[in-house]
Amino acid sequence: MVGLHKSEFKNPVVRWIDQRLPIPSLLQKEYAQFPTPKNFNYFWNFGALAMVNLVIMIVTGIFLAMHYTPHTAYAFDSVERIMRDVNYGWLLRYIHMNGASMFFIVVYIHIFRGLYYGSYKAPRELLWMLGVVILLLMMATAFMGYVLPWGQMSFWGATVITNLFSAIPIVGPDIVVWLWGGFSVDNPTLNRFFSLHYLLPFVIVGVVFLHVVALHITGSNNPLGIEPKGPQDTIPFHPYYTIKDTFGLCIYLIVFAFLVFFAPNFLGHPDNYIPANPLVTPAHIVPEWYFLPFYAILRAVPDKLGGVLLMFGSILILFVLPWLDTSPVRSMRFRPLARPFFWMFVISCVVLGYAGAMPAEGIWVTISRVGTAYYFMYFLVILPLLGKLERPLPLPDSIAAPVLRGGGPIPAGAAAKPMEKA
Amino acid sequence: MADAAAIADTQGRGKEGEAGPPRRDFLKLATTAMAAIGVGAFAWPFIASMNPSASVLALASTEVDLAPIQAGQAITVMWRGKPVFVRHRTPEDIAAARDVNLAQLPDPQPDSARVQKPEWLVMLGVCTHLGCVPLGQRPTDQKGDFGGWFCPCHGSHYDTSGRIRRGPAPRNLEVPEYTFLTETSIRIG
Repeated sequence: MVGLHKSEFKNPVVRWIDQRLPIPSLLQKEYAQFPTPKNFNYFWNFGALAMVNLVIMIVTGIFLAMHYTPHTAYAFDSVERIMRDVNYGWLLRYIHMNGASMFFIVVYIHIFRGLYYGSYKAPRELLWMLGVVILLLMMATAFMGYVLPWGQMSFWGATVITNLFSAIPIVGPDIVVWLWGGFSVDNPTLNRFFSLHYLLPFVIVGVVFLHVVALHITGSNNPLGIEPKGPQDTIPFHPYYTIKDTFGLCIYLIVFAFLVFFAPNFLGHPDNYIPANPLVTPAHIVPEWYFLPFYAILRAVPDKLGGVLLMFGSILILFVLPWLDTSPVRSMRFRPLARPFFWMFVISCVVLGYAGAMPAEGIWVTISRVGTAYYFMYFLVILPLLGKLERPLPLPDSIAAPVLRGGGPIPAGAAAKPMEKA
Repeated sequence: MADAAAIADTQGRGKEGEAGPPRRDFLKLATTAMAAIGVGAFAWPFIASMNPSASVLALASTEVDLAPIQAGQAITVMWRGKPVFVRHRTPEDIAAARDVNLAQLPDPQPDSARVQKPEWLVMLGVCTHLGCVPLGQRPTDQKGDFGGWFCPCHGSHYDTSGRIRRGPAPRNLEVPEYTFLTETSIRIG
């Protein structure tokens, strides 16, 4: 179709642009009128929060890069200079540092939300897989960012993580040398990590765009896990969810600000304030908290290659989750048998995280192994079997049915909770 | 959507018959204003971070010992990343600088306004045309037609007081803020 877009905007300037480049129409359709299930709870805030967090990270990162020097001889000092000399440099760095933690908090809640309410199931499989890609990119970006201050934890974290690739048979050691650009983690490694740490967030922006496009094709899932049956089940995104997201954003910013202003180093490791020393390894190396569960899985396996495979496998398995979970019912609200297994899974992740922070000896190895076993059991055994064994509760006829008078018969078990939310 | 519209109607507009703008408009305006103030306050640290840092400001002044400079000699010192010309002028230089009809100058300024002590001329060695460093500091340098400095980039001639005499430069060479700490030392900046 050639020709001007039919614009409905009254303002002549907006209309002139809209006719030629219908972005205002697009925004109006996708963010204002966009019909959204009317029964969201606050767990549906976290996608928007993650988007805001990404913007905060990119903006603070761009300003930090104006003062940072990616060279082994200057990196640590340039970060200290940011902290002491640059106007508000301490604020920019503490926002960026704690922003990484906030990002993972928000995204992990977003993921568990998806797991609980079955947001990964048809037709949202690709939407979910794009989310897993974003998670992997975030992990790579966070890891390389942590290397940049060139403290002890930066250096030894980089050494340990890059050495994971040496577990690959035959070509492993060559790959590690290629990653390093030398025979150890050194200046070439720092340079390329800086370059990629600057690049990847923009790749994340690209994948987030695809994630959002896919979301706007299938529409959002909701706490009942049933599709909206008509206009009575939806409300326009604006102002109903813009205001709900704004409220969530305020709470999120309060938590964020508390971390930045009152406990800026609470989630960090003091050893990273010691300049990198290739001759001395700190007594107890731990990654940042958001990697601890995966670190525990790595250390739970007594075999080098096996540990690496399980660690990467623990994330890659999420890609096939839509086909592992055989139950047609999305929301755990109607899956009485799956619910306890889900909460066990959440507990196993937390326990793995705790074990990952402890020294790899004694009881912690056993606990890590039990946690790892359950983590994989949940995806590979429990979810596939539950779909066949479980008898789900009856689903409500529609989102509106349980809350509207005369909305049809209400199944006893299903009605109670949706009514509370209304 | 019909329900949603109905809800918006009852909540959005003021009570029936109520005069004045609807309450929703006021809330919208107040929320937007609050958000704008918040974003503005948040933007300030980012803008401020691009200003000179404490370590840059710490190097904002430079002390110069004048004792070793003989009459007729000149030295160049770095100050805030730019060259500063310090010239120990001979009596002939001073006389030449004073013996000028101010009305003929593109940027009229008496020599006395450009020096604190007549024998010491201190000024930025940055041509006021497009920022090149003029020649004239070394004895072998071309000094231009007025015995001062000559900018090789676009041919500006400066006299022994650093005033522009001929060429495209619009103003005299800039005199920085400086103070005599002793008879033979100054602090620039």
